[in-house]
Amino acid sequence: MEATRKQTEVRRAWVREDLVIVPMRAESATDAIAQLGARLQAGGFVKDSWIQAAIEREKAFATGLPTPEIGVAIPHADVEHVLQQAIAVGVLEEPVEFGEMGSPDGTVPVRIVCALAVARSELLVKLLQQLVEMFQSPEVLKQIAEARSPASIVRIFDHHIQIEQEVEG
Amino acid sequence: MNGEKRVLIACGTSIATATVVAEKVKEIAKEAGISVRVAQCKAAEVRGRITTFNPHVIVATTPVPKDLGIPVFNGVPFLSGVGMDVLKAQILEALRKA
Repeated sequence: MEATRKQTEVRRAWVREDLVIVPMRAESATDAIAQLGARLQAGGFVKDSWIQAAIEREKAFATGLPTPEIGVAIPHADVEHVLQQAIAVGVLEEPVEFGEMGSPDGTVPVRIVCALAVARSELLVKLLQQLVEMFQSPEVLKQIAEARSPASIVRIFDHHIQIEQEVEG
Repeated sequence: MNGEKRVLIACGTSIATATVVAEKVKEIAKEAGISVRVAQCKAAEVRGRITTFNPHVIVATTPVPKDLGIPVFNGVPFLSGVGMDVLKAQILEALRKA
């Protein structure tokens, strides 16, 4: 029994259509995190505790990145709140202010919110390295911001994020 | 003295952003021919690590105290891409002076 439970498969896709909200409307960073967290929770990727943990982490350690032209935020919670790896993506019609990472009181108008559910910290490092490369390209940010369907968002992330991950089957 | 320069990288709670920044710092130092040793810590551990690691330069992706007596740089441009060239030049200059 143990052997079959531990059987692993390799899954590439980090973003699924049901984890994408486009267009998204949010009143605040907290609201955006809660909406994306609800998608992660509904998909079975995070525990019920994830939303509150991510909101609190965001207040203590802001994740808004002042990327070229289109602001991005990468809210996440600590690994113990995560069940399976995934990214939920929201593309906001009107930007909301996120705290700026590394700055005590700066804020960033964010249009692309990527809520990261990562269960192992070494995987988070790999993911972050690829996300950072993605976000440093103004063209990619524009593609994401202008995408009109979850399917096109999934395609963009699949194209840029290539980390094989083992999933407990 | 042109020995190995020590760089302390501080981030929030997870090691993720610090690791991404650490890789970048190692890369630019290598390109510039500067030998560096890099350590990572959480923001709350910075003061303690100053005593144990004695860094020449600190690069942080989260706010850290300013009164540390050591040059502190905001490492977020390594993540956002905006202002990265300026930051690289500032860090290399600080390492050369250290």
